[in-house]
Amino acid sequence: MAVNVLMPALSPTMEQGKLAKWVKKVGDTVKSGDVLAEIETDKALMEVEAVDEGVLAAILIPDGTENVAVNTPIAVIAAEGESADAAPVTASKPVSPELATQKPAAAVSASDAPTAPVVAIAAASDVPPGTPMVAMTVREALRDAMAEEMRADEDVFIMGEEVAEYQGAYKITQGLLQEFGARRVIDTPITEHGFAGIGVGAAMTGLKPIVEFMTFNFAMQAIDQIINSAAKTLYMSGGQMGCPIVFRGPNGAAARVAAQHSQDYAAWYSQIPGLKVVAPYTAADFKGLMKSAIRDPNPIIFLENEILYGQTFDVPQMDDYTVPIGKARIHRTGKDVTLVSWSIGMTYAIKAADELAKEGIEAEIIDLRTIRPMDVDTIIASVQKTGRCVTVEEGWPQSGVGAEIAARVMERAFDWLDAPVVRVTGKDVPMPYAANLEKLALPNVGEVIQAAKAVLYR
Amino acid sequence: MASSASSRSKSQKTAGPAVFTRDQELHAYREMLQIRRFEEKAGQMYGMGLIGGFCHLYIGQEAVVVGMQMASIEGDQIITGYRDHGHMLVCGMDPKGVMAELTGRRGGLSKGKGGSMHMFSKEKHFYGGHGIVGAQVSLGTGLAFANHYRGNGNASMIYFGDGAANQGQVYESFNMAELWKLPAVYIIENNRYAMGTSVSRASAQSDFSKRGLSFNIPGEQVDGMDVRAVREAGLKALTWCREGKGPYILEMQTYRYRGHSMSDPAKYRSKEEVQKMREEHDPIEQVRARLLREKFATEDELKAIDAKVRAIVAEAAEFATNDPEPDPSELWTDILV
Ligand SMILES: Cc1ncc(C[n+]2csc(CCOP(=O)(O)OP(=O)(O)O)c2C)c(N)n1
Ligand SMILES: [Mg+2]
Repeated sequence: MAVNVLMPALSPTMEQGKLAKWVKKVGDTVKSGDVLAEIETDKALMEVEAVDEGVLAAILIPDGTENVAVNTPIAVIAAEGESADAAPVTASKPVSPELATQKPAAAVSASDAPTAPVVAIAAASDVPPGTPMVAMTVREALRDAMAEEMRADEDVFIMGEEVAEYQGAYKITQGLLQEFGARRVIDTPITEHGFAGIGVGAAMTGLKPIVEFMTFNFAMQAIDQIINSAAKTLYMSGGQMGCPIVFRGPNGAAARVAAQHSQDYAAWYSQIPGLKVVAPYTAADFKGLMKSAIRDPNPIIFLENEILYGQTFDVPQMDDYTVPIGKARIHRTGKDVTLVSWSIGMTYAIKAADELAKEGIEAEIIDLRTIRPMDVDTIIASVQKTGRCVTVEEGWPQSGVGAEIAARVMERAFDWLDAPVVRVTGKDVPMPYAANLEKLALPNVGEVIQAAKAVLYR
Repeated sequence: MASSASSRSKSQKTAGPAVFTRDQELHAYREMLQIRRFEEKAGQMYGMGLIGGFCHLYIGQEAVVVGMQMASIEGDQIITGYRDHGHMLVCGMDPKGVMAELTGRRGGLSKGKGGSMHMFSKEKHFYGGHGIVGAQVSLGTGLAFANHYRGNGNASMIYFGDGAANQGQVYESFNMAELWKLPAVYIIENNRYAMGTSVSRASAQSDFSKRGLSFNIPGEQVDGMDVRAVREAGLKALTWCREGKGPYILEMQTYRYRGHSMSDPAKYRSKEEVQKMREEHDPIEQVRARLLREKFATEDELKAIDAKVRAIVAEAAEFATNDPEPDPSELWTDILV
C-alpha cells in the first residue's frame, strides 16, 4: 500500500519548516534509513529518513518550499510496481489548511508556550533618553554580553559542555570559539562536579570564569562546589580570597522533558549567603545583568530559561549597557494589585494584567530580575500603594521565592495589606511527562487572574 | 569501528567469537530487528508530534543489549541512561507499554508520567531509564550490592556511554565495587560521541576497558556490532561476577546512526562515516548474511520474521496513538507511598 511521508517535527517546538532539498527523486528505491530530504528548522538543517520501504512515487512539496506545516504530506512511497495514486493525497492536490493545522491530541503546540513578541518596556533609569533600540532575542543578548566582556577583559573565559565546537547546546555561545579561540572557549567532558570545581579554583586566583551548565538540572552534580566552595570562601578566608565566577544556563521547565530535566532552582540558590542569584526576563535585562554578573567580584548564579531564549525584545544600543544586580524593575504601573514575578513567570503575569485591565483592574507588575539580594524596597513601596500582592513563579510552593516575598511583605507592610499575599506556583509534584499533566503542573494565566481577584475580593 | 578497534579487542585475538546455533542466530536477528523497527517508528511518531521532549534512538547499537541479554540469567538486573528503548524491549517489556509511555498516555509503563527517558519494570528487573548522565552507574552498583548482600547469584548489568564514563561517580563506584567484590558488569557503550563531542575530544584515556585498571578491575574491548562477540564477552564477565571475583568492565565498540536526540543535526561527523558503518558493520545485516549463508533460513522466512516484527510495532504505535492521556487526578498520585 502506498503511504504518505509527512513533514516531520524535528524539535519539541517546531511547527513548520523549509523543505530545503530532496535527496531522492521520483522513481528511486528507498529503504528504511535512507535520507529522503533535507529540512531547515529555525536552529538547523536536518535530514529526514525513510521509515517505509518501496519506491518514491511522488513528491508533493517541491525543493525550496518555505513554511511547510508539520504533518503535511510531502511525498508518497509506494510498493514496487504500485502507482502513487493509491495514496490518500495526490501530487496535484494542494495542501488543505486543515491538514496544515491538524495536530495529534498529545502534541504541545508552541503557542501553548508563552510567547512574547517585542515587548515595550519602561526604559531603565540609566539609559539616556533618545538611546536607539535594537530588537534582539534573549539568545543574542546573552551572547553579545559575554562577547563584549571577553573583549574587554582577558581574564574572562567560558567553559562547559558543547560550548565551543557545537556552538552551545542551545546556541548561546554561537561564534565565541571563532572569535576567542579554544584557550578561552573551552569544551569540557560531562563532568559537572569536576569542571565547576576547576572554575572555582581558577576564580580563587582572580580569573573570571563563566561556567555554563547545559541546564541547571545538571548543576546538581556540582552543587557542593557551588555552595561549599564558591559561596563560602570569602567568608572563611576572612575576606582575603573571593570567587568572581558566573554559573549560568537554562533553568526550570522546557517542554515535555519530564521530572529530571524540569526543575526550577531559584529558591534553592536564593537561600545561600555568599551567592547572588539573577533571573531576568527581557533581552535587555539579560544583556545588562550578564555584563554586571561577569564584572561582579562574587559568585553569581545566572538563571536563564529555554523558552525565553528565542523571544525578541528591544535592547538599548549602547557601547556598554549594564543593569545593576539587586534592582527590581517596574514593568507596568497600576494601583489595584501588585504582581511580583521574574524570568518566565513574567509571561503569565503580563498576560494576566492585560486580561485584568479589560475588567478595569490595574495591576502593577514588578519584575524582580534579581532573587538575591532581593529588592524588597521596591516590592514594599508598591504594596503600600496597592495593598494587595500576588507572587508568580514556576517553582514549587514550599519554601519557594513567593513564600519569602510573602514573609517580607508581612514583616514590613503588614499594616498596608488589605488581603493576605497569595502565591501562584508550580504544583507540588515532580514534573510529569504527559502533555495534559504537564500543563496542569505548571501555573497558568487563569490562576494568576483568579489570585488577583481573590486578593481584591472580586 | 570494528576494523581498527576490534583488532585490539581480546575476543578477536583468538579465532573470533564462538559460532551461534541456528536458534541463536534467529533469536538475535528477531530481537535486534524488533528494536530497529521500534526505533524507526518512534522517530516517525516524534516527527508527527506524537512524542515530545527528548527522544534518543538506539539504532545501530542493537547487538549490545541483545548479546548481553543472551548471556544473562533470570534475575540479573539491567540499568541504563536515557537511550533506553532497546534495553526495555530486550528484557521483555511490552512494546505497547513502552510506545504509550513515549506518547505520554495512561497505558504507558509509567502511566505517562515518565516519558522516553524514565521507565522501569520491577518484574523484568529493569531499573530505568535515567536522565542524568552517570547516575545509573552508582545506582547499578547498588543493585550489585543487593545481590551480594542477598547472596542470590545474580549480577547487575550497568550500561552507560563513553561520555558518561568521565563522570566522577563512576570511579567512586568502581572503587567500592572492587573493594567489596560486587557482581557488577559495567558495559560502556562506546558509540564514539557524547552529543557532539567525540571520544578523543573528551577522554584522556580513550581505551575504556582500561578505566578500572587502578582499581584492579579487569576489562576488555568488544566488537559491539557483532552480537556473537558481545554474548561471548558477556558470558565471561557474568561468570566472573558469579564466581565472587568482583566487577568487570566491557567496552562495547558500537555506533549510533541517528543524531544524539531528535533535534541534533549531527554536523560533527561526516556522512561517509555513518554510511560506512551502516554498510560494513550493521549488526543486523551481519546476522542476516550468516543466516542466509549457512542456509539457516530462506529470504522468505526472514521476510516473514520482518512482517511479524512490523506487525508488533504497528500494533504498539496504534495503541500509543489511541490510548487516552492520563486522568488529571494522576498529577497528584505516586509522590509518596
Ligand atoms: C549530568 C548530566 N550532564 C549533562 C547531561 C546532558 N546530556 C544528555 S546525554 C549527553 C551525552 C552523553 O553521551 P554518552 O554518555 O556518550 O551516551 P550516548 O548519548 O552516546 O548514548 C549529555 C551531555 C545530562 N543529561 N546529565
Ligand atoms: Mg556516546
